[in-house]
Amino acid sequence: MERSVALVAVFAALIAALGLVPNLMLASGVPITAQSLGVMLCGTVLGAKRGGMAVLLFVVLVALGLPLLAGGRGGLGVFASPTVGFIIGFPIAAFTAGFVMEQTRNLPVGWAAGIAAAIGGILVLYSFGMIGFMMMLQKSFAEAFVVLGWYIPGDVIKVVLAGLITAALARARPASVLSRL
Amino acid sequence: MISLTSPVETRAHGWPAGVKLALLCAATVVLFAVQDLALHAGFLLVTTLLYALPGLAFLRAGAGRLWVLWPFVVLILLWHLLTGDGPAGLLIVLRMITAVALANLVTMTTGLTDMMGVVRWLTTPLRWMGIGTQGIELAMALVIRFTPVLAAKGQALVLAWRARSVRRPGWRVIVPFAVTAIDDAEHVAEALRARGGI
Repeated sequence: MERSVALVAVFAALIAALGLVPNLMLASGVPITAQSLGVMLCGTVLGAKRGGMAVLLFVVLVALGLPLLAGGRGGLGVFASPTVGFIIGFPIAAFTAGFVMEQTRNLPVGWAAGIAAAIGGILVLYSFGMIGFMMMLQKSFAEAFVVLGWYIPGDVIKVVLAGLITAALARARPASVLSRL
Repeated sequence: MISLTSPVETRAHGWPAGVKLALLCAATVVLFAVQDLALHAGFLLVTTLLYALPGLAFLRAGAGRLWVLWPFVVLILLWHLLTGDGPAGLLIVLRMITAVALANLVTMTTGLTDMMGVVRWLTTPLRWMGIGTQGIELAMALVIRFTPVLAAKGQALVLAWRARSVRRPGWRVIVPFAVTAIDDAEHVAEALRARGGI
């Protein structure tokens, strides 16, 4: 119990810290906010239940008014803005990534994490993000896709990184990669 | 850590958080139900007045927080001008700004402790069912304490990289960063158990 609470809390803080450390991840000069990578890692490392809880905790704290999103954003205004779908989808994306990770135990960790991150962090997350965008701005699916589709290549890079980082963590701290225990 | 509550004390700081949240919900429902441009202009005016009441500093801080919306404003207005439906675009933009501004207003006038009180109230049914919620509250406190700690450790890792390499710190920094976080979590778990557990 203590270990679960501590890991959930620390991974929620890790997502926030990834948004606070600028220039931490510059893949070949392309600036990428590492925050959604943090969401993917919560799922691939902690598994469905704990990973989802960690991200939910992060989202609740943002709603309560802590400036934890990249660029120091936070508060209830985030939930009224056109990007609301992404923030609502964050916990579900992490849960899905964790679920896929737990179902693919026969695959090598890195590959499984990559697939899990792609399904959770792109497929599920963008579904929610698009719906939110369409609802808040009264736009069609095609219009939403034209605007948000630009961000998908950056997220594909993050999917690869999530796979590599999860594999490295499984080697460094195998007992803490709960999705594989 | 600094929360987004405004340091300018307003009268609304003293109101119960639950009431403010209920009012916000009602206002948002109205905003999305109304389809009249003149009414939306009126809503935005009223919202601006609410921001102006506590003084200029508060109004300026509130306006600053809306700045993140500018790409959407430009995008929507341009798109609707191109498709020849300017008024509809203006309505969407006005509604978006008012909705975000009102939500920000609640955040700016409600302290973290009051918001935590709302979470505690919302989790009451869980306690009736016999599910302990101390874990949730402890986890929230841990995140607030750990975010600056981890951010500092991340900065230290970036500095360590810079001291050893001419290249810019890349994604590889995240592996030791996550390992540090995991080790911290294990230490905290051990410390919690040593003090009697949750």
